[in-house]
Amino acid sequence: MSSQDIPEENLPVAQADGADLEKHGDNPFADPGLPPHEHRIQDIDERAAKRSERTVAFLFTLSMLATIGFIASYVAFPVDKSIYVWPIGHISALNFALGMTLGVALFCIGAGAVHWARTLMSDEEIADERHAIEAPPEVKAKVLADFKQGAKESAIGRRKLIRNTMFGALTLVPLSGVVLLRDLGPLPEDKLRHTLWAKGKLLVNQNTNEPLRPSDVAVGSLTFAKPEGLEEHDHDFQTQIAKAALMIVRIEPDDIKDKQELEWSHEGIVAYSKICTHVGCPISLYEQQTHHVLCPCHQSTFDLTDGARVIFGPAGHALPQLRIGVNEEGYLQALGDFEEPVGPAFWERG
Amino acid sequence: MSTTTASSTEKRKAPAGERVADWADGRLGIYSLAKANMRKIFPDHWSFMLGEICLYSFIIIILTGVYLTLFFHPSMNEVEYHGSYVPLQGQLMSEAFNSTMHISFDVRGGLLIRQIHHWAALIFVAAMLVHMMRVFFTGAFRKPREVNWLFGFLLLVLGMFTGFTGYSLPDDLLSGTGVRFMQGAVLSVPIVGTYLSMFLFGGEFPGGDFVARFYSVHILLLPGIMLGLVVAHLILVFYHKHTQFAGPGKTNKNVVGMPLLPVYMAKAGGFFFLVFGVIAAISALASINPIWALGPYRPDQVSTGAQPDWYMGFSEGLIRVMPGWEINLWGHTLVLGVFIPLVIFPLVLVAIAVWPFIESWVTGDKREHHILDRPRNAPTRTAFGVAWLTWYFVLLIGGGNDLWATHFHLSINSITWFVRIAFFVAPVIAFIITKRICLGLQRRDKDKVLHGRESGIIKRLPHGEFIEVHEPLSQEQLHTLTAHEQNKPLELGPTVDENGVERKVKGSQKLRAKLSQGMYGEDSQIPKPTAEEYKEITSGHGHH
Repeated sequence: MSSQDIPEENLPVAQADGADLEKHGDNPFADPGLPPHEHRIQDIDERAAKRSERTVAFLFTLSMLATIGFIASYVAFPVDKSIYVWPIGHISALNFALGMTLGVALFCIGAGAVHWARTLMSDEEIADERHAIEAPPEVKAKVLADFKQGAKESAIGRRKLIRNTMFGALTLVPLSGVVLLRDLGPLPEDKLRHTLWAKGKLLVNQNTNEPLRPSDVAVGSLTFAKPEGLEEHDHDFQTQIAKAALMIVRIEPDDIKDKQELEWSHEGIVAYSKICTHVGCPISLYEQQTHHVLCPCHQSTFDLTDGARVIFGPAGHALPQLRIGVNEEGYLQALGDFEEPVGPAFWERG
Repeated sequence: MSTTTASSTEKRKAPAGERVADWADGRLGIYSLAKANMRKIFPDHWSFMLGEICLYSFIIIILTGVYLTLFFHPSMNEVEYHGSYVPLQGQLMSEAFNSTMHISFDVRGGLLIRQIHHWAALIFVAAMLVHMMRVFFTGAFRKPREVNWLFGFLLLVLGMFTGFTGYSLPDDLLSGTGVRFMQGAVLSVPIVGTYLSMFLFGGEFPGGDFVARFYSVHILLLPGIMLGLVVAHLILVFYHKHTQFAGPGKTNKNVVGMPLLPVYMAKAGGFFFLVFGVIAAISALASINPIWALGPYRPDQVSTGAQPDWYMGFSEGLIRVMPGWEINLWGHTLVLGVFIPLVIFPLVLVAIAVWPFIESWVTGDKREHHILDRPRNAPTRTAFGVAWLTWYFVLLIGGGNDLWATHFHLSINSITWFVRIAFFVAPVIAFIITKRICLGLQRRDKDKVLHGRESGIIKRLPHGEFIEVHEPLSQEQLHTLTAHEQNKPLELGPTVDENGVERKVKGSQKLRAKLSQGMYGEDSQIPKPTAEEYKEITSGHGHH
């Protein structure tokens, strides 16, 4: 802390006056020293001390009983039995019994020990000296001299070639560890740009597992769909549905304000990515009257009549829309993949 | 070692305990260790037990955590549920979720240990925050304890992340949502975000790796570092000795209290059992993270009212109230709406962590401080601390804006706007109010010292005037109320010397003088009563 241009005596510390007070002989604020020890009732009345002893022993005994109760509960209560405990309601009997007995067993040991310390052990305050943390100057001088001697004997300052190559080696060697991290995962490539949706893939209802027809989608309902061929048992189901999850609503075509939205819809049925463009929560709240959808995680709100643009909350851009149509058999189908990446934005998204 | 040979020549046979101790001393040097520490003095103050709650809940977490690892399977392989919880029969879920269900419903006492583990974690982080506030508001972080302040701060940060990786392990619907949030935040990092996400999850989200990876981070890496830090923290507490409040007989050069053996050992040791007992009772009565009610994680499903554990709430607040700014340029996206909260998240914590270093730079104080400040006697520091807490709680409100809206029938939009404005305004208001309260309390102390304590006795004087009798304070009280130091602000001194040559003052020194004015200037402290003032008032005419 260099303060060349500030006189040391101007630093706040030099002006502190607390310590000087002690110098005045008749200072009314002087430290009177430790107050005399006051005896507790247990120090002077043996009967009170006996009472304390019994209290402590009682607490320790209670703890022993509670531990026995714990073991008994473990054996006695079936794991699936539930009991009614006012005012909590129905809870697991075993959990309640084990927890309470363990709690009492532990608490009583603590309460006993603290009561013992407070009433029976000496409560006379003792003053201990402190010693400065800093080493005295001669110790410091010795250490510095030792260090200099050691450094000189190693010749690290004189033989610069050794020093520099050693630093070089030590700097490089951790690189091996960094390189090893490479295979933690694949490179992003264009993985975040594609989903399972493709031209001709049917929209399959998540609840019934049946392909959807336009007539299945009523005004005011919110339907969740997945691409045909994706089954819950698939090993990559979670990863695929995390991108492909779709929500479908039907809006009166006259109410659709966005031109492209209308073109990409079928008879007012619009399909949007269910994954919020903020940080990726699945959007699941739907206001039937306004066709607003809301993400329950961070409350981003999207207007499905207007290209799913953001009308409130922290999301940065509209939900991607899936272009849909109907195949020859009258089922709703995708007319391609999403044209932009679904889910949260990222650097390469563009 | 000549003494041992001398004593061994004596024919007297030492008691068994002593012989064991002798054996250990010959190999570990325990007598020298015990000489310094067995009767070590610990001052008594209720606020000193806050740190103990942290230590004990940490021990409880380790004990219960080891038990949980005996049953938990950190795997994301899909299995069908066939345990004893009927509503989830036949559901597909990860082995992690399945084994957590097994712990909760089929292992006797498993649910209790799981709940103790989770409750203790919440209490651990809460206790660390409160303990840190104790250290902050009393100035216990001053030299020589700055390093220990940093150790403690690191423990708080690591505790938060250990908690996050821990509650993500069961792979339930709520925690999976939290992991997704984290992944979305990682994606927002410019240039490397997608790479970080791919490396973290072993591919696309959620993939099949993160539970196993979080597991090794949660049970080995972070707790290992934390255990080291806790040990270092405690060694430093022992080495520095405890701080104490000013009082009769208590100086900066001594430590007044009870010895480790027996009083403090009984009190502190007993307190471990009290903390453990209370957490066990809470876990018996209050369910925590009922994963069976949430169900296994599915990236396309979510529940309403999703909340992280409380200590992550402020980051949730940041992400919820931030406007959704996105900049698209030259084929790239800068996701400011997510990235800015991600950057502010550590800065919120750092803001409080750097205060001790700012304060020591401003005061230029290089002395050791073992006497604690009463918060009122350091008004600027106290006001800063309260402003920081206000900031933190404003963000917590933001993090739970949906719950505030539904519980208090408020508009979520107005809560969000309130938080956006309060984020900037509330800390300033809190700062001003706190400082005024501190100054008021200083005035009251001064009044008490000079005019005595209000006795509540009303006296009627012969001419009819009513006065309240003030009782003079004892010397103990007078000393306690005037023992604190009052720094004076830094003066830059004349910038022109006697020859009319202008002295260059560095910008940093000007800032230092400004800050010092703010902290110790006329508006920032009430001059404490002097002995002369006191004598003048008490020696003269009767006072009232």
